[in-house]
Amino acid sequence: MNNVSIPNKTANPERVKPLKLERSRSLWSDSLYRLSRNPGSIIGVIILLTLILMAISAPLITHFNPIAITPEDRLLPPSAVHLMGTDNFGRDTFTRVVFGGRISLSVGIISVFVALLFGVPMGLISGYYGGKLDSVIMRVVDVMLAFPGILLALVIIAILGPSIFNVMIAVGISAIPTYARVTRSSVLKTKEEMFIYAAILMGCKTRRIILSHILPNILGPVVVISTLGIGGAIISGSALSFLGLGATAPTPEWGLLLSDGRNYLAQAWWITTFPGMAIMITVLSINLIGDGLRDALDPKMINR
Amino acid sequence: MLRYIRNRILISLPTVLAVTLVVFLMLQLVPGDPAEIFLGEHFSTPQLLAEVRHQMGLDRPLYIQYLDFLWKALHGDLGRSLQTNVPVLEQIKNAFPSTLELTVAAMGISILIGVLLGVISALRHNTWVDSFSMFLALLGVSMPVYWFGLLCIFFFSVKLHWLPAIGGGDFKHLIMPASVLGLLNSSMLARMIRSSMLEVLNEDYVRTARAKGLHNRVVVMKHALRNALIPSVTVLGLQFGSMMGGAVLTETIFTRMGLGKLYVDSIMNKDLPMVQGITLIIAISYILINIAVDISYSYLDPRIRYE
Repeated sequence: MNNVSIPNKTANPERVKPLKLERSRSLWSDSLYRLSRNPGSIIGVIILLTLILMAISAPLITHFNPIAITPEDRLLPPSAVHLMGTDNFGRDTFTRVVFGGRISLSVGIISVFVALLFGVPMGLISGYYGGKLDSVIMRVVDVMLAFPGILLALVIIAILGPSIFNVMIAVGISAIPTYARVTRSSVLKTKEEMFIYAAILMGCKTRRIILSHILPNILGPVVVISTLGIGGAIISGSALSFLGLGATAPTPEWGLLLSDGRNYLAQAWWITTFPGMAIMITVLSINLIGDGLRDALDPKMINR
Repeated sequence: MLRYIRNRILISLPTVLAVTLVVFLMLQLVPGDPAEIFLGEHFSTPQLLAEVRHQMGLDRPLYIQYLDFLWKALHGDLGRSLQTNVPVLEQIKNAFPSTLELTVAAMGISILIGVLLGVISALRHNTWVDSFSMFLALLGVSMPVYWFGLLCIFFFSVKLHWLPAIGGGDFKHLIMPASVLGLLNSSMLARMIRSSMLEVLNEDYVRTARAKGLHNRVVVMKHALRNALIPSVTVLGLQFGSMMGGAVLTETIFTRMGLGKLYVDSIMNKDLPMVQGITLIIAISYILINIAVDISYSYLDPRIRYE
C-alpha cells in the first residue's frame, strides 16, 4: 500500500489546465470582472486612487506648509508657484487642499465604519430573529429617521459639541438607519433560502448561521451603500465644518476652507472654488464606483 | 381608505412620543449642569445654584420633568431662548415662513427639472442625451450645496450683478437660493423618474396604446408618465428631508433668517431650549409629511392599501 504514489499536482499539467478553465467564477470575481468593463467605474477608481495617493504623500507633492502664515503672499491669484493661489493668510491653497484630502477622506471612511459597526449587527439581529427584537430595533431606527437629512448629525453635534472627531461620530451615527434597514431586508430575503434550512437541519449554531451563511450573502448591497455612503459622509462632514460645527481654525479641512474663502469671494474666487472642486471630484469618483458596483453586483439592474 | 389613514396615524404616535423623549433627553445628555450654564461660571454659588435648579424644576425626578416638558410642549410652551429670553415658539414662528417659502419654491423647481430630465433620458434611452442628463444628475448628487451656492453668488451677484447675494424678503432674494437647492435635489428625482419611466414604457398597455395608433405624445404623457410618477411620490418625503437639511446650509450661505440659520446659530450659542424646540418642530413636521406622502401614495395606487 505504501508504494501507491499520491497523484502529484505538477505531474500532469495538461490535465489540470482544462479543469481550471471550467471552474466557475464566484459572485465576487464575476462582479469584479463586470466592474472592470464599466468605463465610468474605471475612471472613478483611477481618480480616487490618485486622490488617495496625493493625500498620503502630501508633503512630497508640495513644499509649502499648510498652516504657517506668510502675510506677504496674501491673496495671490493662481500662478506657476501657487497653482491654486493663496488665501488671506498667504497660505498656498493647493497645499491646503491636498492636506485637506487626508481629513475629508478619513471623515468619509471612519463615519461609514461607525455606521457599519452598529447598522449591520442591528440589521442582522432584527432580520434573523424577527418578533419583538425586530420591532424594538426597527422602532429605534424609525425614531432616528424622524430627524431628516443632516439634522440628526446636527442634533448629535449639539450634544457632543463641535470638533472634527465628533463630526465623524455624528455623521456615522446618522447613517446607521440606512445600514440597518438595507441589512435587515437582505437578511429577510436570504434567510428563506434552501441552504439556510439545510444549515439549520444540520444543527448549525445560530451564531454560525448568521456569521458564515447569511453575512457573506448579504454583503453585496452593504458594499454598495458603504461605497456611496463614503461620498455622502464627505459632503455632510465638510458641511458641518462649513457651518463652523466641525474642524476648527487652522485645520485645512475642505468645508472650512470654503467658509474661510466666503468673505473673499469678490477678491479671490480661487479660495472657495478649488476646495469645492476637490469635494466634488472626490465624491463624483466615489459615486461612479458605487454605481458601477451596484450594476456589477446586481446584473438585473444593468441598463437601468 | 379611512381605516388605512387611521392606522397610518396610529403607528406614528409612538415615534412622535419617542422623538419628544429624545429631544427632552438632549438636556440631560449635554455635558454640564443646565442651571450652571444658565447662571454662567462667575455667579454660581451653591445656594444660588440650588435655587435656580429648583426654579427650573431640575430637582424633580426625571419622569416628572419629562411629563412636564410634554405637557408644556402640547400647550405651545417650549421655554425661552437663553440668548434673547424670547419664547422659543415665537422665534420659530417668525423664522418659519422664510424656510417654508424656500423649501416650497425649491421643491417646485426640483420636481420640474427632475421630471423633465428623467422623462427625456428615458425616451432617449442609451443615447448621448440620456448619458448627458444622467451625468448631470450624478454631478448634482456629488456637488455640495454650499459650494454650488457660493459659485452662484460669485457669478450672478459679484460678476453680473443680476441678483442680490444675501438677505431675504422678496422674490428677487428667493430666486437664487431656491434654484440652488432645487437643482441639486432634482438629481435624485431625475434618476428615479427615468428608471420608473423605462419600466412603464415596456408595459403591455403602452404597447397596446402604440399599436392602436395613438400619437406618441399621448402615449408618453397620458399612459406612461402618469403611471411612472406614482412611485416617485415616495421620494417626495425623502426630498423634503434633504430639503430641510439643505435649507440649513442654503440659509447660512444666503444669510436668510430662516429656521435653518436659527438652528445653526442656536447650536453655536449653546442655546439649548432653542435647539430643542427647533429639533422637535422639524422632526414632527417631517413625520407628518411622511404620513401625508404615504396616504397620497395609497390613494394613487390602491394596491398598496391591501398589502
